[in-house]
Amino acid sequence: MKVKVITRNPDEYLRETKKDLHKAPRNYDPNLHPFEAAREYVRALNAVKLERVFAKPFVGNLDGHRDGVSCLGKHPTKLSILLSGAYDGEVRVWDIPQQICLRHFVAHDGIVRGISYNPNSTNFFTIGDDKTIKTWYADIPNNASEEEPLNTILSKTVITGISHHQTKPIFATCGEICQIWEETRSEPIHTYQWGVDSLHDISFNPVQQNLLSTCASDRSIILYDIRNTGPVRKVILKLRTNRLAWNPMEPFIFTCANEDYNLYTFDTRNLKKPVNIHVDHVSAVIDVDYSPTGREFVSGSYDKSIRIFEAGKGHSRDIYHTKRMQRVTCILWSLDNKYIVNGSDEMNIRIWKARASEKLGTLKPREKTALNYNSALKEKYATHPQVKRISRHRQVPKHIYNAQNELRTIKQKLKKKEGNRRAHSKKGKVPFVPERQKHVVKQDV
Amino acid sequence: MTKTVRYFAAESEPQNTEKEEFVGVKKKRLKHNADNKQHIHKKKNHNQRHVSKKIPNPNPKYPGRAPVSKELLEKHTRGDGIQKSGVKTKFHQKKVEYKDLNVKYANQLAARVEVLLTEESGILEADIGETTTQYTQKDIVKNVDITAASKHFELQLRDFGPYRINYTRNGRHLALGGKLGHVATFDWVTKKLHFEINVMESVHDITWLHIETMLAVAQKDWVYIYDNQGIELHCLKMLNKVTRMQFLPYHFLLATGNDDGYLSWLDVSIGQIVVQYNSKLGRINMMTQNPYNAILCVGGSKGVVSMWSPNTREPVAKMLCHKTAMSSLHIDPKGVDCCTKSARRPYLRHRLNNSIANLSFCPFEDILGIGSEKGFTSLLAPGAGEPNFDAYEANPFQTKSQRKEAEVKALLEKEHAKVVKTVRHQIVNINDKTNKNDVTKEKSILDRFLPKQKKR
Repeated sequence: MKVKVITRNPDEYLRETKKDLHKAPRNYDPNLHPFEAAREYVRALNAVKLERVFAKPFVGNLDGHRDGVSCLGKHPTKLSILLSGAYDGEVRVWDIPQQICLRHFVAHDGIVRGISYNPNSTNFFTIGDDKTIKTWYADIPNNASEEEPLNTILSKTVITGISHHQTKPIFATCGEICQIWEETRSEPIHTYQWGVDSLHDISFNPVQQNLLSTCASDRSIILYDIRNTGPVRKVILKLRTNRLAWNPMEPFIFTCANEDYNLYTFDTRNLKKPVNIHVDHVSAVIDVDYSPTGREFVSGSYDKSIRIFEAGKGHSRDIYHTKRMQRVTCILWSLDNKYIVNGSDEMNIRIWKARASEKLGTLKPREKTALNYNSALKEKYATHPQVKRISRHRQVPKHIYNAQNELRTIKQKLKKKEGNRRAHSKKGKVPFVPERQKHVVKQDV
Repeated sequence: MTKTVRYFAAESEPQNTEKEEFVGVKKKRLKHNADNKQHIHKKKNHNQRHVSKKIPNPNPKYPGRAPVSKELLEKHTRGDGIQKSGVKTKFHQKKVEYKDLNVKYANQLAARVEVLLTEESGILEADIGETTTQYTQKDIVKNVDITAASKHFELQLRDFGPYRINYTRNGRHLALGGKLGHVATFDWVTKKLHFEINVMESVHDITWLHIETMLAVAQKDWVYIYDNQGIELHCLKMLNKVTRMQFLPYHFLLATGNDDGYLSWLDVSIGQIVVQYNSKLGRINMMTQNPYNAILCVGGSKGVVSMWSPNTREPVAKMLCHKTAMSSLHIDPKGVDCCTKSARRPYLRHRLNNSIANLSFCPFEDILGIGSEKGFTSLLAPGAGEPNFDAYEANPFQTKSQRKEAEVKALLEKEHAKVVKTVRHQIVNINDKTNKNDVTKEKSILDRFLPKQKKR
């Protein structure tokens, strides 16, 4: 007779000391795991609910400005420093983690239109409605009364926007014309013009560093090459573009915030039609900024909300709003990819988390694994109706909710009307135009 | 009676060809279903397959990873994989194919780690000319090691029997309930008594709840819940004259059958009855659960086994098992085989000198517990238990802090009572063949997993 029964040596199953981890033998035999799939589904559902429970994106606000915030500026190397300019000409330097104002002074007569650091962050430039470009020391002076610009350039034309070259001591301004300046000179080294006398935004491409783009009041976006050629291309949309942001990872891609409530992503190689249209805002989009990864961008709108879009997607993945926040005037995505900062009409600067439910601070290894597991579950069950519904649901302010409904009705109406027109016309007379081709009027080369 | 068998693949090459054939067959079927566009696409794949088959192994000395045997893969399979037909765009077809590959890969990995299991199952082999039935407990005990031998014991409890018994899910603790009111629980491995009381009423059934600190006892009128010190925690007056109880651990449901044939499911996490109805079977004497789908099997007096779920008031299935009344009913842990009292071939034999009231295998041990007229007997039954437990499901060596942690986790992933169904893997297969034609049906199936939203 041959006999053996199960005997387990407890030493092999219990931890030796109290500081050890508990031993956890596994056996993946499906018979030992009844309701495996159903339990996993419940876990996924819990994960997606928890994500919504922890979605508290508002970090804090910086108050101190005595008029609406008109522009914001990123520090190229320090994550904690933020610049802001206001409608009353005041400029403030902020310490974000401490949420305090380090320095403030009146820089211009009238609105501060733009702020930009130079790449080695020794100085920053401000421009205002008084047609001046002022250079300031980045270091805080010992005495607040000693706030004097390092250099003041009086321009011949109105200046509305500024953008600094990524590496060289060159910056560009826009206004009546597009001008390229060298930091040490008081006259522009180049001026460019292409049939329009009112440019309101300018931005250097951070990767393809000679490329420059401006938005003009004749609803066009103009691309320049500063090497010698000047204006290169121009695309005219149906409505005005307010602001433009280059993708920091794909130098040929830019996204523009348009007056027609949409954002358009273009490929510079083919401006005939946008690569993607990003809808969801219910009022004019005022500002846009890319995340440093180039995977996402954030937009601020006149509808008092901020939306975050994934670069390739047509709808936003999140919306931020508060009861007190008014029209958003400027927005930026911090260089550590974690925060979003926006300035708005009611004099406040708000700091938000870029991922609403992310836990701030360091994570313990177990927390990390749990979060990774949860995100894997969310991805696996993303298409299940309940999971989808919960993860997509956002509570929006009433005015946005109503506007969304209104816009939907208008869209349906137009669609129906077009259908009717097509049905009662000769074949081919009312052609089907893809949505992406509807918004571009023409492209000039 | 689960048994872990180690399968070792014999040769690697035939295994490979088999795999190739298998893929080929699948492709053919797909091709058959596909339209013209897909046809071209598949043809390309076909060519690729052809090429891959022709490449000889550059170094035949190292044939690569040992293939996993078919039996093992079959054992670790979690459903039929992803249904690929009916996916319209190429983009999503690729996505689905990729997903399917992942599922297969996971299946292979799970099968591979079987090698790492440490324990082996018990065996009892007869010599030539002998049968296993002729070995008595004495013989077995004599031939096993001392720790195993200590697991065979007998408790002589003459006064309050017959006894109902119940092991906890990790097989560590045992509860005894004597007909005449004697209730006792103990750790049967260390033989440490938790509590022993007399409830001064008749006891009809006894069952552990999700952890070993709570115990439900069906007494004369109502069901009582005691803690591990014998303190009465609850008296459930909505469950009266209960004769049989089963605890469904993943749903946190205490299922009971009573004297009048009423079946009730009580959610112990919130203390509310989920559903209660009359099965119209009369007094329920035999009741057990199918551990795989948490469906209750009730043995009737006419030899019929009927299966009940909290979602329908009709039995989900009925089986005529005997022409006469049954006396016992059990379901194997896989939930595939159901056994009423008629053994196919005896494996072991043991004679008790009093009548048997209740039988139960101890989870993860080669032990058969017998509650009888005059006490309790623990018998060695080599090969009865699963040798390798999964600590995240049930752990016989669980510490107090682990137990607390596990309780919270289990409560968080509590299944809704509506998931008690006959079909396995249904939740993952939203693209199920049965649902394919009916889009609304798909939604309704998933909606069932959540309580309806309250209207504001």
